[in-house]
Amino acid sequence: MKVPLLELRHISVSFEGFLALNNLNLSLQAGELRAVIGPNGAGKTTFLDVITGKVKPTSGDVIFKNCSLVGKREHQIARLGIGRKFQSPRVFESLTVFENLTLAVSKPKRPLPLLFDNNNQSKNLDQIHHLMNIVNLQTRKDIYAGSLSHGQKQWLEIAMLVGQDPDLLLVDEPVAGLTDEETELTADLLRSLTGDHTILVIDHDMEFIRRLNNPITVLHQGSVLCEGPMSQIQTDPRVVEVYLGRPEELEK
Amino acid sequence: MKKSRQLKGWLLVLIWSAIIAAIIAAPSVLPVFRLNLLGRYLSLAIVALGVDLIWGFAGLLSLGQGIFFALGGYCAAMYLQLNSSANLPNGIPEFFSLYGIQKLPFFWEPFKSPLFALIAIWLIPAIVAGLLGFLVFRNRIKGVYFSILTQAALLVFFNFFNGQQKLINGTNGLKTDVTQLLGQMVGSDLVQRWFFWLTAVLVLLTWLFARWIVRDRFGNILIGIRDDEPRVRFTGYNPTLFKTIVFSIAGGLAGISGALYTVQSGIVSPQFMTVPFSIEMVIWVAVGGRGTLLGAILGAVTINYAKSLVSEALPASWMFIQGGLFILVVTALPEGVLGWVQSDGPRNLLTRLGIPRPLSTYPSLEADGDKEVKP
Repeated sequence: MKVPLLELRHISVSFEGFLALNNLNLSLQAGELRAVIGPNGAGKTTFLDVITGKVKPTSGDVIFKNCSLVGKREHQIARLGIGRKFQSPRVFESLTVFENLTLAVSKPKRPLPLLFDNNNQSKNLDQIHHLMNIVNLQTRKDIYAGSLSHGQKQWLEIAMLVGQDPDLLLVDEPVAGLTDEETELTADLLRSLTGDHTILVIDHDMEFIRRLNNPITVLHQGSVLCEGPMSQIQTDPRVVEVYLGRPEELEK
Repeated sequence: MKKSRQLKGWLLVLIWSAIIAAIIAAPSVLPVFRLNLLGRYLSLAIVALGVDLIWGFAGLLSLGQGIFFALGGYCAAMYLQLNSSANLPNGIPEFFSLYGIQKLPFFWEPFKSPLFALIAIWLIPAIVAGLLGFLVFRNRIKGVYFSILTQAALLVFFNFFNGQQKLINGTNGLKTDVTQLLGQMVGSDLVQRWFFWLTAVLVLLTWLFARWIVRDRFGNILIGIRDDEPRVRFTGYNPTLFKTIVFSIAGGLAGISGALYTVQSGIVSPQFMTVPFSIEMVIWVAVGGRGTLLGAILGAVTINYAKSLVSEALPASWMFIQGGLFILVVTALPEGVLGWVQSDGPRNLLTRLGIPRPLSTYPSLEADGDKEVKP
């Protein structure tokens, strides 16, 4: 078995006594697309916070590319190759679509090289146009991100994430507030990114998860309840009890 | 809304032509007293540009820029005092004898060198700002807490400088108008005229420098920090460093501004570090238009010039006018005058007065894309 790209070992996070994550173990292979579901309060977002360095685990270790992430700060983890999309779309609203993408794509991330860096714009231009094409924002290039619709913001953020070219994409509820059609397109987009990228998606939307057609991890009360393909998850009695509801309800 | 952050080219050229024409005409039109005032207010435009960089772009509302302003002023004054005290007893500035000091305090020594003084004027404030900024930003202190902290720091510096008679003449400050520079009296018309030109050139250079800083991604990251700092982190940038650098730059600019202001007003004293003065700096930028750079220059010069004209005509009324101006900006023109102009404000006003705007927005939106876009 290959060494996993990301491995969480016995992660616990305690917020003043409340265990948000409780001895969580999870591993991701390179190129995998994994969905994480779970009822509210299961620790889904905390789990992303731990990986990206926003929250320090009380115990346990996060290993990414054979290197521990615990104790590293957010921007260092981002530079190692982990990109994150937030639950509600977070783009820089006073910047244009194009400027948002240049920040994501920019290779120099330190202040001084950035201040004196003039010449690699043209190299980035192709990439930025490619990204705008993927998410269909090319005609919105010079429009402030704050004036985009909710769905366009979601997509701009996904494009920014892809533009960072991370090895691991953490995507938190990418289809919240999107129409059915947009949801389908987003699922196709994420699927098309697998292979080159490893993706971890968190969502509530079972239709969306089904469309991703990939292994699922169910979180419950801060630890992994079960893992497996959709068909197996749907019939697992524990999952049905804590998350999906009774079968007759699901069929409705 | 289409991107319109930068001023339209022709407007920029128009405003700059007007400023440069005014500056070139000023020495032959204005009496020496007024010219000197204009020079002082131009020097304040430099500190205002710094405030615009940190507040208008990065969203850091500093109420303590007076610290760096005064530090620059003291550096200039210390050099000038030493430069003209060779013939005095002990060869040290006159005020020391009032407190029975025979020997120059150690930190005055390097200011005998004009080169050191020229560098210290901007480097010392920049270092102080960088250190203060780094400690604050590293601990992720933001928003109103940052503002309060800078004001507290201002008070600490004010009290310290006020109390140090034996080191820097305390509350009396250091006079520069009777000192010598290149064999001339600093307060003389000739030298004041030099300083006027020097200030005018430095304002232009500072504006170009500030434009250069924000021209590209660096400026956009500052705006990103203002909008959503955690998002900047997760994009791989370290906001602490960016904020420290820009705060340090603003400190350096404040130092240059303070030095120019000092030599043109004839004295530096702890009065430069009073709370109202640092708040006024913010008001100039708010009225001119934050985030516009040029607005900071126009705000600093016009408000201060208006202040001196109004105060001469109607003493004691200025505070009300300034307060009213601030309320007007906060309620009606949140982007300042220049921000209002560039965000289509005049057009909107005309529309409100019943003159319809030419309908060009929507078709041009369609014209630049192939077809209507699905989100």
